[in-house]
Amino acid sequence: MKIVVCIKQVPDTTEVRLDPVTGTLIRDGIPTIINPDDRAGIEAALTLRGQAGGSVTVLTMGPPQADVALREALAMGADEAILLTDRAFGGADTWATSSTIAAALRKTGFDVIITGRQAIDGDTAQVGPQIAEHLAIPQVSYAGDIQVEGETLVVRRMFEDRCHIIEVTAPCLITALSELNKPRYMSIAGIYDAYRKKEVTVWTLADIEDHIDTGNIGLNGSPTRVKKSFTKQPKGTGTFVDNASPDEAVEIIVQKLAEKYII
Amino acid sequence: MSKNILVYIEQRDGKVQNVSLELLGKARGLIAEASEKVVAVLAGYQIQELANSLIWRGADEVIIVDDRILEEYMTGPYTKAVTAVIKKCDPSIVLFGATSIGRDLAPRVSARIHTGLTADCTALEIDGETGNLLMTRPAFGGNIMATIVCAEFRPQMATVRPGVMKALPADNSRSGKMEVLAVDFVAGDNHVKIREVVRETKKSRDIAEAKCLVSGGRGIGNAKGFQMLRELADTLGGDVSSSRACVDAGWIEKNRQVGQTGKTVRPALYMACGISGAIQHLAGMEESELIIAINKNNTAPIFDVADLGIVGDVNVIVPKLAEAIRKYKLCKV
Amino acid sequence: MDFNLTKEHRLLRQMYREFAVNEIKPYAEQTDEEERFPVENVEQLKKYGFFGLVFPKEYGGAGGDYLGYAMAIEEISKVCAATATIMAAHLSLCAAPIYECGTEAQKQKFLIPLAKGDKLGAFGLTEPGAGSDAAGQQTKAYLDGDNYILNGSKIFITNAGYAEVYIIMAMTDKSKGTRGISAFIVESGSPGFSVGKKEKKMGIRGSSTCEIIMENCIVPKENLLGQLGKGFGIAMKTLDAGRIGISAQGLGIGEGAIDETVKYVKERKQFGKALASFQNTQFELADMRTKADACQLLVYRSAHAKDSGVPYGTYAAMAKMYAGDFASDVTRRCLQLMGGYGYTREYPLERMMRDAKITEIYEGTTEVQKMVVASSMQLK
Repeated sequence: MKIVVCIKQVPDTTEVRLDPVTGTLIRDGIPTIINPDDRAGIEAALTLRGQAGGSVTVLTMGPPQADVALREALAMGADEAILLTDRAFGGADTWATSSTIAAALRKTGFDVIITGRQAIDGDTAQVGPQIAEHLAIPQVSYAGDIQVEGETLVVRRMFEDRCHIIEVTAPCLITALSELNKPRYMSIAGIYDAYRKKEVTVWTLADIEDHIDTGNIGLNGSPTRVKKSFTKQPKGTGTFVDNASPDEAVEIIVQKLAEKYII
Repeated sequence: MSKNILVYIEQRDGKVQNVSLELLGKARGLIAEASEKVVAVLAGYQIQELANSLIWRGADEVIIVDDRILEEYMTGPYTKAVTAVIKKCDPSIVLFGATSIGRDLAPRVSARIHTGLTADCTALEIDGETGNLLMTRPAFGGNIMATIVCAEFRPQMATVRPGVMKALPADNSRSGKMEVLAVDFVAGDNHVKIREVVRETKKSRDIAEAKCLVSGGRGIGNAKGFQMLRELADTLGGDVSSSRACVDAGWIEKNRQVGQTGKTVRPALYMACGISGAIQHLAGMEESELIIAINKNNTAPIFDVADLGIVGDVNVIVPKLAEAIRKYKLCKV
Repeated sequence: MDFNLTKEHRLLRQMYREFAVNEIKPYAEQTDEEERFPVENVEQLKKYGFFGLVFPKEYGGAGGDYLGYAMAIEEISKVCAATATIMAAHLSLCAAPIYECGTEAQKQKFLIPLAKGDKLGAFGLTEPGAGSDAAGQQTKAYLDGDNYILNGSKIFITNAGYAEVYIIMAMTDKSKGTRGISAFIVESGSPGFSVGKKEKKMGIRGSSTCEIIMENCIVPKENLLGQLGKGFGIAMKTLDAGRIGISAQGLGIGEGAIDETVKYVKERKQFGKALASFQNTQFELADMRTKADACQLLVYRSAHAKDSGVPYGTYAAMAKMYAGDFASDVTRRCLQLMGGYGYTREYPLERMMRDAKITEIYEGTTEVQKMVVASSMQLK
C-alpha cells in the first residue's frame, strides 16, 4: 500500500503569549513542531504500513526550514520525504495550497493519503478535503480509528454525537485527529539516520508544473485574502466583585461566559 | 449571480441543528434590500416537513433535496446535493455551521465549484464600500483574529462557529417559497459504505482534555458539593475537577486533582469554586484562558489570577448559576 | 570552533526532552518514595534505543555518538536522576568495555543483547576495602581447566539484582600488583554468583545498589575480557569514558533544579510581589544559569573529544569534577530559593538535592578527578 502523509510544520501556538504591554504576539522562541493532527497521521500511516505492507512517504509544502519536520517523520520511520518549496507557492490560501499539494500527489502516486484534520496555525481544516476533491477521490474526515481488512480500510469517523464505521477502499484520503493515536517518538537510530543516511527530495514549481494550472498557486491563485489581522485584548487585571448579591453575581458571570462564547 | 444568501441547514435524524437557525438569523441581518433573499438548503431523507419551521426562522425560500441516499450524512451525496442547489441558486454567499459535518462538506463543495472558503467565523459583516462579505475568524490557535475577504470569486463561502450568531424567534406568520430540487443520484455517489452508526454515550474524559472545568475546593463543604458542581459542568458541556484538599478529604478521585501533585490543565474556562488558590494549585491551572473564581474570603489568593472574581457563597451561587445558564441557552434558540 | 549543535543533535535533544518529560517524569516521585526500580522507564528506554546509543547498528546499537549519549543522560537527569544512573552504568560501565575490548564472539554473545536492552548490565570493581584505592582488589580468580573460579565480594554495584551481565575485576596474580588484575564477563545465573544486601541510600533511590557475592563462582574461560593482567587498565579506561555520562548527569540534575525554581519564583508571591522580582532571586539564578552553561560546555566538549578520537581523559575528569560540584551547589541554592515548600516532598527539589550528592562520589570521586587533572599538569 503506498501511503502518503501530508504534514505541516507549524509554530507551537499553544506556547504563544500576548505581550501584556504592547498587545502583540510574542513569537520569539516559539518552537516549530509538526502539527499535532499530522503527527497522528504519520503514526497512523506507520501502523498501516505495519499491517498492510507498503511504504510511507511524507510530503510537506513549506519554506526550506520545513526540512526539519520531514527529518522528524523520517526518524519516526517514514521511508521517503518530499519538500515542496518554491517562492511561487507563498501566500497561498487553502484552495491554492490544496491545488499545489494535489499536483505533487499526482506525481508521487498514492493508494491512501492521510492528512491531519486541522493545522494549529491556520485552523481551517480545509486542505485535506479540498485535496480529495481535486484528486476526485473519497474522503473520510475526523478519523478516530483506522483498521485495515484486506483491501478495505475501516475508519471510525467521529461526529459530535455519534460516529460512523466507514468502509472505504483505495484510492482515498483520510484526515486524522490527534486523538486517533499516541504517536511514537523518533528512535535514536532513526534521528541519526534521518540526517546521515536519508535524503529529503526537494520539488519546486518546475517539478510539478505538468500536474497543475499555475493560475492556482500562491497568493495570486488564492480566492481568499487576509484583509487584516489583529490580536485580541490582552488579559488585563481581572474584574473583582465584592459586594454583589448572589443573583447579581450570577448575572455578571453569565454575561462574561456569553461574551467569551463559552455559552 | 443573485445577491441571495444560501444557508446550509444541517439536520441530524430529522432534527434541525441550532447552528443552522443561528445562521438563518444572521443571514437575515446581512441582507440589505428586499430583492435579496435568504434561501435555506435542506438535504436529507423524508425531511420536507422541516421546511416550514425554517421559514418561520427567517428563510424566504427553502430548497429541498430529499433522497434515500441522504438519510445519514456522507460526503459524496451531500456534496452533490449542495453543489446542485448552488448552481441553481447562484447565491452571493453560502453559510455552513462549523460542525464536523460543515467542516467536511463545505471544503469539498468550495473546491468543486472553485471558490473561496473561510473557516470557523465568529463575525460576518458586509463591507459598505465593496459589498464584499468580511469574515472574521480566530487563527494561530485562537491567539489572533483575521478578517478574510473573497473578492473575485462567487459565492463567498464560510463556515460559522456554532453558538456565536443569534437565531430569530420562530415567527409563524412568516411565509415563503418551498421547492423540491430533483438531484440525479446514482449508487456510486456514495464512494464509501457506512457499516454501522454508533451513537456515543459520554465517557469520563481526562480532565486535561476538557474545554470547561468546574473545580471544587474546601469551600464546597463536603463530597455532596461535587454533585452541584457536576450539574453546573453539564450545563457548560464540561467536566469536574478538584483541588488537593478535596482529594485528601476523600470527596473525589485523585485523577480529578489539579495542581503541583495533580494535573496541569488549560481549559477555555476554569471555574474555581471555594478554592483558596494556594500556589500548588495555581501551578496547575493558571494558564487557563478564562478563570472565574467564587470564594467567601475576599483575600483568597485565587483572586490574583482570576479574570472574574466573585466574593460569595459557592453553595448559593453555583446552583443559581446552573439554572441561569440553562435558561440562557433555551432563550438563545 | 563551532558552538552550534548539528541538526541531528538538535533533533535528538528535542526527542530526549519530550520523552523525558512525558515518559520518565511521571514516575520520578514514586521511584524515589518507594525506592522502586522504574521498570516502565527501562522498558521505554529499551524501546527507543537508549541502551545501545553509542554502539554500531551491527551490534544492535543506535549508531550514535558520545555527544548524543551525554545529551540523553542530561535530559533524563533533569527529571529522574535514578533512571539516568541505570542507563549510564549499563552503557558506559558494562556494554562499552565489551565493545572496546571484547572478542568478536563476546560482542555477539553479550554486546548485542546489552545494546538492544534485552539484558541489563553492571560493573563490579569496588570492594569493601577498595574504593578510591581500586588497586587493592581482594576478589581472586584462578584458572581451573576450562573455567575461572572467582571468590570475593563487590559492593555498591549499580543495577545489581536486575542486571544479567556483570563486568567483574579480580586478582589473577597478586604478585604483579595492578598488572595482576583481570576483567571477566560474569552472567548472573553462574553457579556461585549471588546478589547480596541492597543499600539504603540518600538519593538515586530507584537505582538498585547491591552487594555481589562470588563463592567459587564458575566463569567460562572465554569470558576473560581483554588480556590476562590487563583488567585494571580496562577498568580505568572504562571509568574515563563513564565520566562523560556522570558529568552529564550532574549537569542535568542542576539544570532540572534551576528549571523548577524559575517556574516557582515566577508564581510565588511574598511582600506583594513575585519572588522573581527580588534582586537576590535574580542574582542567584543568573549565577546558577551561568554555571550551568559552563558545565554544559565542559560536558559537551569532553564528549566531543571522545567522538573525535582525541585524548579526552582530562576533559572528562574536569567535566565530572565541575558537574558534581555544580549539582550539589545548585540544588542546595535552588531549594533555598524555594524556601519551606522546597523542603517538602510536594516539590522535587529536595529529591534533586539528595540525588546530586552521588555525582561527587561515584565513578571516581571529585578528589580522584583532581588527581587526574593534576597529573595532566605534571604536578608531582
